[in-house]
Amino acid sequence: MSDDLAWVVPVVLTVVGSSTPLLLAAMGELVTEKSGVLNLGVEGMMLIGAVTAFAATLASGSHAIGIVAGAAGGAAAALVFAVLTLTLLSNQVATGLALTIFGIGLSALVGRDLVGVALAPLPKLAIPGLSDIPVLGALLFGHDILVYLSFVMVALVAFFLYRTRLGLVLRAVGDQHDAAHAIGYPVIAIRYLATLFGGAMSGLAGAYMSLAYTPMWAENMTAGRGWIALALVVFATWRPARVLVGAYLFGGITILQLNVQGMGIAIPSQMMSMLPYLATIVVLVAISRDRAKIRLNAPACIGKPFHPAG
Amino acid sequence: MIRLEPRPAHSPIMTWASPLLAVGLTLITGMVIFAALGHDPLISLEAFFIAPLSDVFGLTELVVKATPLVLIGVGLSIGFRANVWNIGAEGQFTMGAIAGGGLALLFYEVDSVFLLPAMALAGILGGMAWAAIPAWLKTRFNANEILTSLMLTYVAQLTLSWLVHGPWRSPEGYNFPETRLFHDAALMPILVEGSRLHLGALVALAVVAAGWLVMGRSVIGFQLRVVGAAPRAAVYAGFNAKALVWCAMLIGGGLAGLAGLFEVAGPIGQLLPNISPGYGFTAIIVAFLGRLNPVGVLFAGLLLALTYLGGEVAQIRIGMPAAVTGIFQGILLFYLLACDVLILYRVRLGRARARA
Repeated sequence: MSDDLAWVVPVVLTVVGSSTPLLLAAMGELVTEKSGVLNLGVEGMMLIGAVTAFAATLASGSHAIGIVAGAAGGAAAALVFAVLTLTLLSNQVATGLALTIFGIGLSALVGRDLVGVALAPLPKLAIPGLSDIPVLGALLFGHDILVYLSFVMVALVAFFLYRTRLGLVLRAVGDQHDAAHAIGYPVIAIRYLATLFGGAMSGLAGAYMSLAYTPMWAENMTAGRGWIALALVVFATWRPARVLVGAYLFGGITILQLNVQGMGIAIPSQMMSMLPYLATIVVLVAISRDRAKIRLNAPACIGKPFHPAG
Repeated sequence: MIRLEPRPAHSPIMTWASPLLAVGLTLITGMVIFAALGHDPLISLEAFFIAPLSDVFGLTELVVKATPLVLIGVGLSIGFRANVWNIGAEGQFTMGAIAGGGLALLFYEVDSVFLLPAMALAGILGGMAWAAIPAWLKTRFNANEILTSLMLTYVAQLTLSWLVHGPWRSPEGYNFPETRLFHDAALMPILVEGSRLHLGALVALAVVAAGWLVMGRSVIGFQLRVVGAAPRAAVYAGFNAKALVWCAMLIGGGLAGLAGLFEVAGPIGQLLPNISPGYGFTAIIVAFLGRLNPVGVLFAGLLLALTYLGGEVAQIRIGMPAAVTGIFQGILLFYLLACDVLILYRVRLGRARARA
């Protein structure tokens, strides 16, 4: 019986591989957006995270240092965005686009000597006993640390947002910044933290790409995943559990595309590569057409600058 | 303690001083980056920003690169004024190139003066069609145009890649992914002998003038500005918001499509898998730097064209990595957005005084 199901394992593992960066980045962006900040620079932060994680791992020989560096790189990029939009009150849409353009350029510059360099992939964490169970062991307990972390983060973010006081404050800041300010909550400080968290998560998503998924560095290697992560947050109507479902749905579509190509079906590879992008548009339309649902769930102050005197 | 104090009215001086300030800060930061990369800052700066302009060929190349930026930038600035965030101009550019270039391949043997105008029209329509999708999804289904137009950029690029790898691949091309070279009747007339400067530059100038007239002197331009600046006022005035979204998207898409056609019928002369160094995205910076004003876009387009040209020259002359161009562009937009705070706010030092 276990032999019959053995084919499932590699398929599931590849789906996990393509879903994890989406999940990490989208969870971070969810928290950022819940605080009322729309950071469109996810793609740029992921690339910066990917290249810093790769370079740090190469230099130190330690994946742990690489992962931390990736998160720090993403957070540093988010800090630039936060200073511009929160302190200097710049337009969030334009600043996010600038962050993406900048991130693509900076990561290409930093990584120009890293292209083609090989790196040992992030090791799978074997859990003694559990990982040895046939099929199930490989499915549930044969992943690397970032995969487990992505699931832990879903639970943590959900708990934080809906079960803690600080989470409530964060949502209040995102929904009614003037009222939150009047009560005495530090609107700008909370938005800074939420934006930095989003950046760190995007950085982790990038680190997963360059340390575990490929594992190597290539210019523009995220190929639009940052934008798909942004769409996932809307798709999930800003709910953590639905982000999880959405990320795995998209990861599955990406793998479907690869498998169809592998089976030698005569569809041009470019057509299959369009699938994730087309699917993003389809789900975005499916969710957005219900205006009431979007209005109920979207943070009311998203994208709006806050200035205490104004 | 630095704090921001709202100005009673937005400052017209800062509106135009801010881009100059941003350019100055970018140059200073650029020198720091050059030094960090181990190049002499002044020599690098000269190679990047002055050397490219020291001969006639350099100047014509500047205009060749500014042409698509200005065309797309004018279209985007009209949309951004109306709060329509079409950021998929790169895809509309690609679709325009496919539609117009496809016509050139279809009538490969035809030698007619009507071919090029027909290609230009096809380019405009191709770009418009690609922009119509996010416009429709936005007005009919409320779908965010930022994400849909961007996703369609990837789809457009993959479509182009499929065409030049597959059905449109040149039979004489030794299996390289490229189409046949367009015939003379399908190529843009050259303005300066021995250069790549083509008729598109004059079209871009005309588009700047037309854009200025439309935004400054027409009812539709007025409505577009109002819907962006004061959406509620637009509702009370009875403006048709959906029609304005359509209008902004189609203008932006059509101009991006035309720019794409000019690029493949001009400097490139055939269809290739990669026909743009990111003109559609850089044009976003052009639009902002030009203050969302068509005349401003003209100057901003020339400046951003210089970052491309300077990047190429610096790469050849002093071995500067090509990615520096993207960094310059990103930093420029960062500084611009930061300096724009001065339009609405004064920067004050010290703590807030209690007002009487």
